[in-house]
Amino acid sequence: MDIRFSAEEIAFRDELRDWLGEVLPTLGDPPDRDDWTARRKWDMGWQRKLYDAGYAGINWPSEFGGRGSTPTEHLIFLEETTRMGAPYVGMNFVAQLHAGPTLILEATAEQQARHLPAMLKGEEVWCQGFSEPNAGSDLASLSTRAIRDGDHYVVTGQKIWTSFGHVADYCELLVRTDQEAPKHRGITWLICPMDLPGIEVRPITTVAGSSEFCEVFFDEVRIPVENRVGDENDGWRVAMVTFSFERGTAFISELLGTMNQLAEMAELARGIRRNGSTAWDDDEIRREIGHLQAEYDALWALTKRVVSQAQRTGMPGPGGSVFKLYYAEVKKRMADLAHRMLERGALVLAEGGGDEQTGGDMVASRLYVLSLSIAAGTSEIQRNIIGERILGLPKER
Amino acid sequence: MDFELSDDQVALCDGIRDLCQGRFDIDTVRGLADCGGVDRQLWSELVDTGVFSLVVPEEDGGVGLGWAEAGLVFEQLGRALVPGPLVGTLLAAGVVDDSVVGLVERTDGSALVEYPDVIDALLVLDGDGVWRVDAAELSFEPAQSVDPLTPVGRVAELPQGDEVGGCYGWVNRAVFLCSALQVGLATGARELAVAYAQERQQFGKPIGQFQAVKHKCADMYSREEVARAALYYASCVLDAPELADEDRAVSGARILAAEAADHNGKDCVQVHGGMGFTWEIDAHLYLKRAWALTPCFGSLDEHAERIAAMV
Repeated sequence: MDIRFSAEEIAFRDELRDWLGEVLPTLGDPPDRDDWTARRKWDMGWQRKLYDAGYAGINWPSEFGGRGSTPTEHLIFLEETTRMGAPYVGMNFVAQLHAGPTLILEATAEQQARHLPAMLKGEEVWCQGFSEPNAGSDLASLSTRAIRDGDHYVVTGQKIWTSFGHVADYCELLVRTDQEAPKHRGITWLICPMDLPGIEVRPITTVAGSSEFCEVFFDEVRIPVENRVGDENDGWRVAMVTFSFERGTAFISELLGTMNQLAEMAELARGIRRNGSTAWDDDEIRREIGHLQAEYDALWALTKRVVSQAQRTGMPGPGGSVFKLYYAEVKKRMADLAHRMLERGALVLAEGGGDEQTGGDMVASRLYVLSLSIAAGTSEIQRNIIGERILGLPKER
Repeated sequence: MDFELSDDQVALCDGIRDLCQGRFDIDTVRGLADCGGVDRQLWSELVDTGVFSLVVPEEDGGVGLGWAEAGLVFEQLGRALVPGPLVGTLLAAGVVDDSVVGLVERTDGSALVEYPDVIDALLVLDGDGVWRVDAAELSFEPAQSVDPLTPVGRVAELPQGDEVGGCYGWVNRAVFLCSALQVGLATGARELAVAYAQERQQFGKPIGQFQAVKHKCADMYSREEVARAALYYASCVLDAPELADEDRAVSGARILAAEAADHNGKDCVQVHGGMGFTWEIDAHLYLKRAWALTPCFGSLDEHAERIAAMV
C-alpha cells in the first residue's frame, strides 16, 4: 500500500507539466457550446497537439501508435491536464476511449490501419450507436436489423442517445443479424460511415438546453460486410470486450473538475453576504462543504485503488460501479448546496452556458448532474451489477 | 504508486482473520459481555500475536510495522466484533507496561470510562499531555451501556495521574484506529445481511433476488468500499506525513467510516426484518458498537469543520 509515485512517474509528470505550460496559453478561448463547427475544430485541434507531442492514445499499446503508458501514468496524465485546465476529451471520447480500444482488440489489420492513425491524429469523430428507444438498460434486446445482401448489410432501425451523432464521421453500430437466436447471440458490431445514404440524424435537446445527443434513423442503409468487426452474431462479446480496456480512469477528469468546483463554491460562500454575515458563517453550509470534500477525497483514493488493481492484474477492480453510483449522489448534493447558497441567484443560468462538465456554472451543473445516475448504466443497473456480480445475490431473471 | 495491499499485508489480514474466527467466534464474543469485555487468556493471545505492538519499533521489542498494517488489523478486529480497549492498548504500547489499557479524553466534570472493570490503567489525554491513572485509583459508578460489548462506568472526576508523554499525534491516531474498527464493522454487517438475503425465502424466492433488498445490499457495499479507500489513504498519510495533510486525511476517514458503520448496521437490521430487532440476531451488535465508537475525540461535525477550513 504505497501512494508515492516512482521516480519515472514523477519524471513523466514534470515533462507533461512543462509541455502543458507551453501549449495551453496558445489555445485561445474555447468555443460556444452550440457552435458545432468551432467545437469540432477545437476538440480535433487539441487531439492533434497531443499527437504531435506524443501524448495521443496515452493508454493505447505502442504497436498501435499509442504511448503505451501504465495505468498510473494515465492517471497522472488526466490529473495534470485537468489541474492545468487543458481541454476535455470532448467529441474524441468515443474514438479514444471506446471505438479505438475495440478496434485494437478485435478488428482486422486493414480496419486498424484505416482508422487507428486517423483517430490518434484527430481526423475522425466517432459516435456510438448502441442504445435504442426500446433497448436501454436491456441493451441486448436491441432490434435495429441488418439483412445480408451480397457484400453488404442492409440496416434499418433507430438509435438514440448518440452523442455528437450530427458531427461524427463514423459510428460504432450494434445491429441484429439473427432474429431467431437468443438475444445476446444475434448481434453484430459494424463500422458505419455516417455519410451513407439513408441515415438521418436529429438532435435531441436535453433538460440543460444543449444538443450533443442525437437520435439516428437508418432506412435501408447499405454497409459493406468488410466493415464488420468480429464475427457475425458475435457483436455482444465484441461490445463487452471493450470494457476490459477500461482501467478505472473514466471519471478522473470529471472528479478532479468537481473538486475544483467545490473549492470555487467555498470561495463563493465566503463572499456571499446576507444579513451582516456570509454564507460561510452558516454552520450547515460550512459542514456540508467539509463533508463533500471528505467524500471526494475518498473517491479519489478509491480511484487510485482501482487503477492500482488494473496496474497489477490488467483488469480494474470492482470499484468502478461503486464509484459511479456513489459519485452521482454526492455531486447532486453539491449542486443542491450551491443553490442553497445562491438563493434567488439560482434562478439565472450563466450567460453562454459554458461546458457544464468542467466549468464553474453551478446552475447549469444542477441540471447536468441529473444525467450522472442515468448515462453509461443507470444507478439501478450499477446496483444490480454490485449485488449480483460482487455480492453473489441471485439474479432476478 | 501501488495502492493495493502488498503480499505481506494480505498475509497479515488473513492471519488476523483466522485468529478471530478460531478464538473470537460470535458465541465467545457474546460471552465476553459477562466478564467486563475482556478475558485475560484471550487478550494475551492478541498480545502474543503482536496486535498491540504493531507500530512499536523492532529494537524496542515491537513488530516494527506501520499504521497501514495497524489499520488492516483493526479492520479485521472490528469485522469480528472483538471487544476490549483495543485503541488505548495499542497506543499505550511502548509508553506504559500495563497490558489492558483504557483511553479517555479529559473533559470538565464527569467522564464515561470504557471497560472499567478490566483495565489495568487508564490513559487520560488532555491539552498538556498523556497521563497514566492506575485502575486502583479509579472509583466509578457502573452505567448501563447501549452496547453490551462496551461496558462503561461514570467517573465523577478523573484523577490527574502521572504524565507519561506529550499528546502530539495521539488524537489523530486514536481517531484513525476507531475508524478502522468501524470499516470492519461495516463489512461484518454487510456480510451478515447478504448471507441472510441469500438464505431467507419469501414469496417463494430468496429475498436477495428482489431489487429492494439487493439494492440495499449494494449500497452497503458501496459505502464500505468508499470508507475503506479513505481509511487506507489516511494510513498512508500517517506513515508518510510529508505526502498530504494528516488532519484532513484522518478526519475524512473518520466521517466516512462512522457513517458506513452506522448506515450498514441499520440496513443489516432492516434486511433481517422482525428478526433484526431481536437480541438473538447479531445485527444490533454491529450497530451498537458503531455507535459506541463514534463519539471519540470530536464529533463528526467537528471533523467536517476541520476539513472545511482547508477547502
